[in-house]
Amino acid sequence: MEELLLEYLPILIFLGLASGLSIAMVLASVIIGARKPDPEKNSAYECGFDAFDDARMKFDVRFYLVAILFIIFDLEVAFLFPWAISLSEIGVFGFWSMIVFLGILTVGFIYEWRKGALEWE
Amino acid sequence: MDIVSDIAVIRPELFVAIAGMVMLMFGAFRGESSTKFIYWLGVGVLVVAGVLVLAGPTGTSLAFNAQFVVDDFAVFVKVLLLIGAALALILAMPFNLREGIDQFEFPILIIFAVLGMMMMVSANDLMSLYLGIELQSLSLYVVAAIRRDTLRSSEAGLKYFVLGALSSGILLYGMSLVYGFAGTTNFEGLATLFAADSEASIGVVVGLVFIAAGLAFKVSAVPFHMWTPDVYEGAPTPVTAFFAVAPKIAAMALFVRVMLEPFGALVLEWQQVIWFISLASMLLGSFAAIVQTNIKRLMAYSSIGHMGFVLVGLAAGSEEGVTGILVYLTIYLFMNIGTFACILAMRRGGRMVEDIDSLAGLSKTNPMLAGALALFMFSMAGIPPLGGFFAKLFVFRAAINAELYVLAVVGLLTSVVGAFYYLRIIKVMYFDEAAEPFDKGLGREITVLVTVTVIVTTFFFIGLAPVLSGAEAAAAVLFAV
Amino acid sequence: MIIQALAFYLFAAVAVASGVMVISARNPVHSVLFLILAFFNSAGLFILIGAEFLAMILVVVYVGAVAVLFLFVVMMLDINFAEMREGFLQYLPIGALIGIILAAELILVFGSWVVSPEAAQVLTAPALPAGDLTNTHALGNIIYTEYIYLFQSAGLVLLVAMIGAIVLTLRHRPDVRRQKISDQVERKREDVIEIRDIPTGSGV
Repeated sequence: MEELLLEYLPILIFLGLASGLSIAMVLASVIIGARKPDPEKNSAYECGFDAFDDARMKFDVRFYLVAILFIIFDLEVAFLFPWAISLSEIGVFGFWSMIVFLGILTVGFIYEWRKGALEWE
Repeated sequence: MDIVSDIAVIRPELFVAIAGMVMLMFGAFRGESSTKFIYWLGVGVLVVAGVLVLAGPTGTSLAFNAQFVVDDFAVFVKVLLLIGAALALILAMPFNLREGIDQFEFPILIIFAVLGMMMMVSANDLMSLYLGIELQSLSLYVVAAIRRDTLRSSEAGLKYFVLGALSSGILLYGMSLVYGFAGTTNFEGLATLFAADSEASIGVVVGLVFIAAGLAFKVSAVPFHMWTPDVYEGAPTPVTAFFAVAPKIAAMALFVRVMLEPFGALVLEWQQVIWFISLASMLLGSFAAIVQTNIKRLMAYSSIGHMGFVLVGLAAGSEEGVTGILVYLTIYLFMNIGTFACILAMRRGGRMVEDIDSLAGLSKTNPMLAGALALFMFSMAGIPPLGGFFAKLFVFRAAINAELYVLAVVGLLTSVVGAFYYLRIIKVMYFDEAAEPFDKGLGREITVLVTVTVIVTTFFFIGLAPVLSGAEAAAAVLFAV
Repeated sequence: MIIQALAFYLFAAVAVASGVMVISARNPVHSVLFLILAFFNSAGLFILIGAEFLAMILVVVYVGAVAVLFLFVVMMLDINFAEMREGFLQYLPIGALIGIILAAELILVFGSWVVSPEAAQVLTAPALPAGDLTNTHALGNIIYTEYIYLFQSAGLVLLVAMIGAIVLTLRHRPDVRRQKISDQVERKREDVIEIRDIPTGSGV
């Protein structure tokens, strides 16, 4: 347990350094920087005009589809890590177990390919 | 672990899973033109799965390190839900093709939902229970929203999804508390532990209550019923018919197994919870239904009420109670499919109508349909000698034998209130001024289904003995220690 | 040891604080960013209890994919969140009440936490065995063999998720022309080119 955590100590130190440095930089610019705000400086700049409308707009639902398909295969990959590590111990059975799992997802993959979900119009 | 013998136990599920994937591939390569064929393929798969379930090993057999169990109880419930799903699929086909819900994925999602339900019914471990529920729910969320271009269907799907996810979260939380106490998720292991400890620790009780709440959501028992009317109303009608039958049966069977097998020793802890939700469901189901004008909403409240009656059997916590539950679910299945087949016949000018008022004078314009619907309403109200009467009879008898007099009395009173709104429909059909007639030509599928369910509901008492003995054998399994 | 305790308090405090920010931030994009921060800190907590694999999966799946999906959804919906927030205060009392009840329950539960004395006999899988087996390794040893049923069911759940996402969101625009490679390859010279001998001076 202790050994395990000791391995992560560099990451913790790095995290501390990174956050310390970034906080220091932001704080420094807040404290030292010269600021003379006026309404014109604070307004959004859009080629000299006032902003026409909200920056937020509707995305095509297609992005969402790609993202969710990505997540599904991401999860599939997550299952591959432990499998790769212990493949030597789980033997042939473990190997085919994963192949069946991949087969199920391949069925899904063929389906989405045929449906044209991977195409971008 | 012997994979070959495990596969022999899990054969029906394996078949359904592979068939679902084959159907998916078939649809992917043949496109929408094969939709009708895939519907029939789906019905065929369900029938074959039913045969495989019946032909499976007798007695109790465990598989996959006791994560999966097949016993008489599982077999009984699986046959019920396969029948329900097959009938709902037949019901859905003409409707969906006519209304432009022509995605071939529809029957495939139903198949996967059924697979999830079979896994739920056979779950012998908290983890396999959860995966079964998720497989089922995920398919159902999509099916509810299958008409993605209409607002109401999308709303139904979204509502179902959000609340379903919440209930899954509650369920998981309860499971983790139980696991934290026991160090195992296996039902037998849990049963051993709880039998050994005379007094349950507070953590286990809280976990148990959370699990009960999560499952109560799945059977839509009060106070976790809020989603039901909206989902029933918004989803396309054949989907509603499916929702009213198969998932309810599966979830109720799961509820019974979870309460009686792993937590059987803690009966004193959960009995009052079940007692309360049963009482509340019966009351709300009957009183809220009175004011409904939409027949699908009415059926939603009716199903909440029916679940309340079924839970009376669980509250009894006895073998007799479980027998009553199984008989109730059997007859509930046929009554509901029949009623929804009638609702699907409510079309005017090529469009579905869902108002109860539009049934006015149906006895004059379409006496056969009116007669069938009246019969189902009488049966739901529990009027002898129709099936619904026997359903209630066994459950209440169990309640009285378990000395749950309050439940039995409230049950009887709410049956009377329920009779009021069921009879109101009959009154509208027979004594009101005739409205415009419905479209002629119900379609072959609906006619056949209505006929079959009418026969089953009317002559249930003839087939009562075999159903009863099957239910008794199934119930005995849960109490065999 | 003290570093471990400090790290715990740091991660826990930041996780709770960012959880609060998720529901109280004015801008939904900020909410999602705070959610990512909460995920990171939970990953830190997982590492502190020795669950390395879970921690890494949390970072890979939740931070890498789910949070990005949330961002998409937030952007896609184009909802006026300021309007939605108006009801927030109205529901605050009842929400707070439920929260307090849950917290009280938790305190009760963990205040009197007992592990079943017989638990050791029914353990499904022994916790980390002695020796230097990482927990990814320990998981790998059982997921694919002892828990094959659950593993394959998870595969089916993912398959249904895939079907569901496509059924609900995929739509083809009818007016878009796509490249059909097989058609292009199959095209023969004779189908498209016609050579005519035209006498000089007569025109076409």
